[in-house]
Amino acid sequence: MISMFLVIGLLNVVTILLCLYRAVVGPGVFNRVAAVNVIGTKTVVLLVIMGYIFERPLFFDIPLLYAMLNFIGTLVFAKYLERGEICSW
Amino acid sequence: MLLVNVIVAILLTSGMFFMFIGAIGLLRFPDFYTRLHATGKCDTLGEGLIIVGLIIYHLFHYPGTSLVTVKLLFLIIFIFIANPTAIHAIVKAAYRRGFKPWRCGEGRR
Amino acid sequence: MSRGEKGFGIIVTFCIMFLFWLILSEFFDAFHLIMGGICSAIVTLISHGLLVKGKSQKMLPKFLRLLFYIPWQLWQIVLANVDVAYRVLHPKMPIDPRIIEFETSLRGDFALATLANSITLTPGTITIFVEPGKGKFWVHALAREPADAHLVDKTMQRKVAHVFMECNGPSMGKNR
Repeated sequence: MISMFLVIGLLNVVTILLCLYRAVVGPGVFNRVAAVNVIGTKTVVLLVIMGYIFERPLFFDIPLLYAMLNFIGTLVFAKYLERGEICSW
Repeated sequence: MLLVNVIVAILLTSGMFFMFIGAIGLLRFPDFYTRLHATGKCDTLGEGLIIVGLIIYHLFHYPGTSLVTVKLLFLIIFIFIANPTAIHAIVKAAYRRGFKPWRCGEGRR
Repeated sequence: MSRGEKGFGIIVTFCIMFLFWLILSEFFDAFHLIMGGICSAIVTLISHGLLVKGKSQKMLPKFLRLLFYIPWQLWQIVLANVDVAYRVLHPKMPIDPRIIEFETSLRGDFALATLANSITLTPGTITIFVEPGKGKFWVHALAREPADAHLVDKTMQRKVAHVFMECNGPSMGKNR
């Protein structure tokens, strides 16, 4: 079963590399922001699978935290691109 | 035990298939809005399937620490709420800035 | 808002936060329980107006109806994801994107957010802009069939209006 998790993890890394093409090339800043958000989501899955490969089932606070950070980072980017400022004090 | 392994394998493979569809859609589609259609949703469903498979694996192979599966369940709920919201935020910012959507018959952007 | 309703909101928020702490940390001795109580109290004092707004909102039946709405939603997500997979892998890529706009009769914050989330989760449509005063939605659709399901059928709007107990047309009045 561990070897199956290794194969799934490697396939995940391949999909992350495919998304990197759009992050580098994509014409304009919006394509790049979307690609970085997608890479963050795929990283969360990779972290959960790694928790099972190394047989440490108490590892799962870290993917939860990274999912929240990724979400808030994308929201801050989108707000800045829309208005030109983040908080209006 | 063999039945549980087969079910987990099927769930993981189908989740990985949907993630590949998301990445290929990001490369193939001709416009910003259509690319977000492919990734934002197939990604969310693929992740949901993979994590459900891992929950089933955990319940049968590590029977002592079952409270950890509740954390993974919270992760699924959070991703189902947060991913579409982030996609909506990016699309709204692009629309306000004047990005025009692609129509049938134009060139790639 | 009267003080009774505010107190009710504070107590319910504190209970939810403390339950969250108990589930996420697996130690049940006195030190950790007291730390959990202090942290839940601080979070409740800062943000008690966000989650529960008083007794008159009937949160419990709405919550139960939401739990019954979720499996139908999951089945729609799976069906429509297979449709998007077909469009991505087809060598000619049969897409025909367009922007549509429609009006709904939902006015509450939570109901509008749930409908926008459901529209973005079903593949084929992304919510672009919501106007909360009139309930108008601007939606980008990938082809003609998903767009028709929202303009012509209105299944999703009816179900969300049923969950949040909002009236679904100008002919139904509510006197509660």
